[in-house]
Amino acid sequence: MEGIDGSGKSTQVRLLERWLRARGYPVHFTEWNSSELVRNSMRRGKRRNLLTPSTFSLLHAVDFADRFIYQILPPLRAGMIVLADRYVYTAFARDVARGVHPDWVRGVYRFAPRPDLTIFFRVPIEVSLERLLAGRAKLKYYEAGMDLGLSTDLVESFRLFQGRVLRIYDQLAEEFDLRVINASQDIAGQQKVVRRMTGEVLREYDRQRSGSQNANAVASR
Amino acid sequence: MQSHHVKRWHGHGLPYLEQKPLPGHLIVIEGTDGVGRSTQIELLRGWLELEGYAVSNTGWTRSPLLSETIADAKAGHQLTPITFSLLYAADFADRLEHEILPALQAGFVVIADRYMYTAFARNAVMGADPEWTHEVFGMALLPDLVLYLEIDVDTLIPRVVKGKGMDYWESGMHLALSSDIFDSFQNYQRRIIAEYNRLGREFGFITVNARESINKIQAELRAHVSDYLRRAQSGPHPQGDGVAPAPAFPLAPARKV
Repeated sequence: MEGIDGSGKSTQVRLLERWLRARGYPVHFTEWNSSELVRNSMRRGKRRNLLTPSTFSLLHAVDFADRFIYQILPPLRAGMIVLADRYVYTAFARDVARGVHPDWVRGVYRFAPRPDLTIFFRVPIEVSLERLLAGRAKLKYYEAGMDLGLSTDLVESFRLFQGRVLRIYDQLAEEFDLRVINASQDIAGQQKVVRRMTGEVLREYDRQRSGSQNANAVASR
Repeated sequence: MQSHHVKRWHGHGLPYLEQKPLPGHLIVIEGTDGVGRSTQIELLRGWLELEGYAVSNTGWTRSPLLSETIADAKAGHQLTPITFSLLYAADFADRLEHEILPALQAGFVVIADRYMYTAFARNAVMGADPEWTHEVFGMALLPDLVLYLEIDVDTLIPRVVKGKGMDYWESGMHLALSSDIFDSFQNYQRRIIAEYNRLGREFGFITVNARESINKIQAELRAHVSDYLRRAQSGPHPQGDGVAPAPAFPLAPARKV
């Protein structure tokens, strides 16, 4: 699930996870920037505004690689469904908006396989701003792209930076065939579309799974 | 005294940075664990300062952003070739932007204790995709001079044993080559050294025989550094104007990524 901050993707992932679990699918959830490995470096870098576009990008790549090796690959090998709140496209959009070379960041993440389904929750900047500011008092420094010095005003910087990110996401949607959902709609309406898209992808999965279960049944007989 | 040496990047560099002149000099000392790099760098630094150069040191995994994280991760043995490579790259990028480039802009001689070649050698031995490693280090500035302290594993072993001893990572125990630390060290370092030798040919390192005495090695390093500094300062285009002597070593080729 991809989208800018405040696009509502985390809410949608959670609802999708509930639905999948209720239907008996083995699901593993993983979230961007959640690995223990670089937590301290990330915290130190953010607190002291030490991060440059390259180190910001590489720390997130370490986080992703660590989760990829320990949290994404093993469940996939075990035949499970992995739900990822953000994937490499976040880096492709955000880090390039910060100024790193698009080919470089694609190279850094070359070890990551293409997902079976990527949904891009597309939302206008004003809507995401409204959602973020309703939930908390202040935007975060890096989420507003303050490190780029686009504006000294937090909200204005957010508009400029996330506007860049959004434009890059639109290009990525075309380049990588991301499925786009209008994330300004009501939550239940979006979830219906998410479930339909997921269901389409799972048809093939269901076939394989019932195939292997039959095979197991034959083998155990 | 300004260098008119044109600096180049290994790959795409850092496109978001404003292009500023880098009148300083970037000198890299490479070589495997225990070969004596830090002793030699210490001596080089003292000598260069006496000669009137401002010197700045930078060393592998010494960035304020990542040194602790790397140490913790090594202690916890949770690293894989991919996370290892990316942590090295993050440490490197942090030092590049906060130490190396500012010092070069200010006209310092930067002596780097190890550079991206260390990552190339280790990653190749760990089995990471070498093309990928080169891509990740595409943000690196190519050094002006790489001095490679070359040694063979049989000469290296007594020095390491007399020094700080064989450690887990320097013995390549993470590769599970052998459960015996001595066998593992020998096997791992032999592979690392072979990879350094190969990189030396690819990137035009100047090889210095590290089997010699400390003083002899230092004398040779100084001769190469003097030679380089003379050429770098002799004219606006040391490679092309016919007045400056031809470079005595091939410039590190910009790798196609």
